[in-house]
Amino acid sequence: MGLLSDPQCRRALSRLVLRLNTPLCALSYLAGLGWFLALAFPPLAPRTYMSENAMGSTMVEEQFLLGERALSYAREFAGHKKKAGGMPVAWLEKTMWSLGLEVHKQPFARTLPFPDEARERYMVKGTNVYGILRAPRAASTEALVLSVPCSEGPHNNQAVGLMLALAAYFRGQIYWAKDIIFLVNEHDLLGMEAWLEAYHDVNLTEVRSSGTLGRAGAIQAAVSLELSSDVVTSFDVAVEGLNGQLPNLDLLNLFHAFCQKNGLLCTIQGKLPRSDWDSLPAYAHSLQTLLLMVLAQASGQPRGDHGLFLRYRIEAVTLRGINSFRQYKYDMTTVGKTLEGMFRKLNNLLERLHQSYFFYLLPSLSRFISIGVYMPAFGFLILVLVLKISFWMGGVGGGEREPHPSFPQEARPGLLVLVPPLLICHAAGLALYFLPVLGQRVATQHFPVSESEAVVLTVIAIYVAGMALPHNTHRVLAGGSSDRGWMTLKLLALLYLALQLGCLALLNFSLGFLLAATMVPAAAAARPTGPK
Amino acid sequence: MAAPLVLVVLVAVTVRAVLYRSSLAAFISERVEVASPLNAWKRVVEGLALLDLGVSPYSGAVFHETPLIIYLFHFLIEYAELVFMITDVLTAVALYLAIQDFNKVVFRKQKLLIELDKYAPDVAELIQTPMEMHYIPLKVALFYLLNPYTVMSCVAKSTCAINNTVIAFFILATIKGNAMKKKNGSLCLSIKSRRSAVIKSGDICLLVFRFQRQFIPVKLKSKSFWLYTMQYAALYLCSLVVIICLSFFLLNSWDFIPSVYGFILSVPDLTPNIGLFWYFFAEMFEHFSLFFVCVFQINVFFYTIPLAIKLKEHPVFFMFVQIAIISIFKSYPTVGDVALYMAFLPVWSHLYRFLRNIFILSCVLIVCSLLFPVLWHLWIYAGSANSNFYYAITLTFNIGQILLVSDYFYAFLRREYYLTHGLHLTRQDGTEAMLVLK
Repeated sequence: MGLLSDPQCRRALSRLVLRLNTPLCALSYLAGLGWFLALAFPPLAPRTYMSENAMGSTMVEEQFLLGERALSYAREFAGHKKKAGGMPVAWLEKTMWSLGLEVHKQPFARTLPFPDEARERYMVKGTNVYGILRAPRAASTEALVLSVPCSEGPHNNQAVGLMLALAAYFRGQIYWAKDIIFLVNEHDLLGMEAWLEAYHDVNLTEVRSSGTLGRAGAIQAAVSLELSSDVVTSFDVAVEGLNGQLPNLDLLNLFHAFCQKNGLLCTIQGKLPRSDWDSLPAYAHSLQTLLLMVLAQASGQPRGDHGLFLRYRIEAVTLRGINSFRQYKYDMTTVGKTLEGMFRKLNNLLERLHQSYFFYLLPSLSRFISIGVYMPAFGFLILVLVLKISFWMGGVGGGEREPHPSFPQEARPGLLVLVPPLLICHAAGLALYFLPVLGQRVATQHFPVSESEAVVLTVIAIYVAGMALPHNTHRVLAGGSSDRGWMTLKLLALLYLALQLGCLALLNFSLGFLLAATMVPAAAAARPTGPK
Repeated sequence: MAAPLVLVVLVAVTVRAVLYRSSLAAFISERVEVASPLNAWKRVVEGLALLDLGVSPYSGAVFHETPLIIYLFHFLIEYAELVFMITDVLTAVALYLAIQDFNKVVFRKQKLLIELDKYAPDVAELIQTPMEMHYIPLKVALFYLLNPYTVMSCVAKSTCAINNTVIAFFILATIKGNAMKKKNGSLCLSIKSRRSAVIKSGDICLLVFRFQRQFIPVKLKSKSFWLYTMQYAALYLCSLVVIICLSFFLLNSWDFIPSVYGFILSVPDLTPNIGLFWYFFAEMFEHFSLFFVCVFQINVFFYTIPLAIKLKEHPVFFMFVQIAIISIFKSYPTVGDVALYMAFLPVWSHLYRFLRNIFILSCVLIVCSLLFPVLWHLWIYAGSANSNFYYAITLTFNIGQILLVSDYFYAFLRREYYLTHGLHLTRQDGTEAMLVLK
């Protein structure tokens, strides 16, 4: 309690803060940015390691040899897909049935908020097909998922082929303790969300699906596979999920371990790993990977179909096979062996993955930065706001509590002056949140714009109107033209900003950090100028 | 002053009515910060359903409120929202009247002490004037009714609101009461203790005692002191016995005693809340849990006697600090309890200049209140965090509350010191001195 009750210490500290405020703020901001940039420096980030005991060693003897069969399934699938003009449901059902899986199909329909630009339709209809491989000697309480998106055109055919070959191979093994669900979902994220909602019997989005579905117990982990070529040169992993949620780091470690075991080249963000670490190009490479991950996480969009699993507390990653111009190619058998190894290890899990980190940043596939290491960067940015707040507190409220007869009387009416600007700003925020969607239909009836354009234009209009707010509303503020008035308002605004950025950084660090890096200098330096 | 109060009441009722009809009502009633196993509305409904089926409402360890609540809502279940809005309004009105009377008492006492020359000569600016005290009762009612914590408690229909009403009436009876009306005080006290927890009764007993002592100086050897104590204790025990027997006859069983009092004392349910108990007991071995339950529960009423000795001249401040300590250290606190003692803060607004950390502490409390739902989401829904994250925020919130109470306490004592010793303190050799808390 020394700092809170010792007056000498407080006085010294507050004097320091008041005198050196601007240099300290600038220093803190630079420290925050510098810390963030230093995160990418390879020796500073620890190597990844497997935390879950059950997935410790990679000692399995993979015997997957059905690479050719995978390719033949892929060609059949491509032919039927072209013939059906969408997903070949009947063929998939028949093939899965012949492999010995328990097949189910799930037709779903979803009304889109905006009409699909390509086909001018509002409703998307599709079918998910999935087969359940029941574990021969277990009670069907837990499951693993291997999902493959069914895309239009010549994409992802080999993924379906590999999935069916793996199903055929897995069916012959006796060591499965969890059921395995082989899912082919149509329309990417829409189909995946429809399947997850039906599986967990919730109704988060208004997807309508029909039929009773076979279930296989609680899903422990999921892998989404995307392969569009017969051979691959590298295997890419995508981790970012919806709203910046990330899977457990152990899943990534598992993938990395098995790629290394099978000699498969694995990448993240599409960037190949480098072996040197103490040169400038290596640092630039690592920084680029880190920034790509930060941007992907901040956008909140899932980087693959796996992103929707994370909301249901199912750890999932998306694996993509990339075929570039490199010379060394890997065939389907190697890819299949890697997947087999991963699934056998996941089979060993006794409980959900929880040992390793959930909050991390990846400058490369073999190095990670945990929350304890990257949060101080954000902390320094918020420190700028805190320094500014204490500076304004020194101006408004008085740093030390010396008897000042005028303070209590003056401070009280000052608080009421803040209410109109707050109300107006919140009203503008609510308008921005509700009006574009509510006004969408009205806008298209009266103006010759399409629905998505209507929403975007309404948002822009409210923003522009918001920029004119200070000019129109400063008359409303009775005491606002005094020095005290805007200082108190700025104090409150800085507090509010710090609070919101803090909450946001906890939920989605990248978004919080990027917003802080851009908003904090503007917020700290803003002061009213011009005629009162 | 009735018109502003009525306006405030209207605004508060409108806010609550709007929230009842919105989709937020369901969301708020699920929050663990607002509804604890003791006072959740779902459990009251469950108890009523069990009673309708002819089974004791206390079977199955779902319902932990007193039988009086069951019978209150047995008849008023359709008007539940109205009942909770009315209880909030009653609490605010009771606090308003109580603080009005308290201000008169304070002013009278101040005048007496000035005439008796007990104050130092240069403390004119520390004396409270009627001008600044005029709006305090309205501010108290405002603070209670429009506090987001109270609004959330009301919208969640947590029976904490009813607890608060009884405490407010008890305070009103105490402040209004003099020797003639002590019956009112003790009756309210026993109702309150029945309603809440018998733990608190011990403290409040002493609180009231201290207040009434105003007319009787505390001398342990004085006969009138002991006579008064005995009278009061007898009255209190009798009303307690009457109410317990009434509860017995309502349901024809003694089930309620282990379900209500045993539940509060032994803390078997470890649902997370904003208190300090759940995390510790979730990770403790069975072997030690009895010891630690005793240690934790002692915290609630351990501070009564030292505070009573220190604050014997200032019973209402003592009551405030005691209510605050109870709402921090009780086994299942909710934000409704926090709202009650926060309503008193305008009464001590004259201490503003002596408060050292009020800005930091209010920031801490606001930040923690905002982080509670964020970390709950990360723990329960996203699965990315775990209970440590949520408990960290709980700890910070409680530390903030404790520091707030001790800050007010220190400021109060400092003001008393300045009043009797003058504002400009000098040491023995004439240099300027400063009051420091060691």
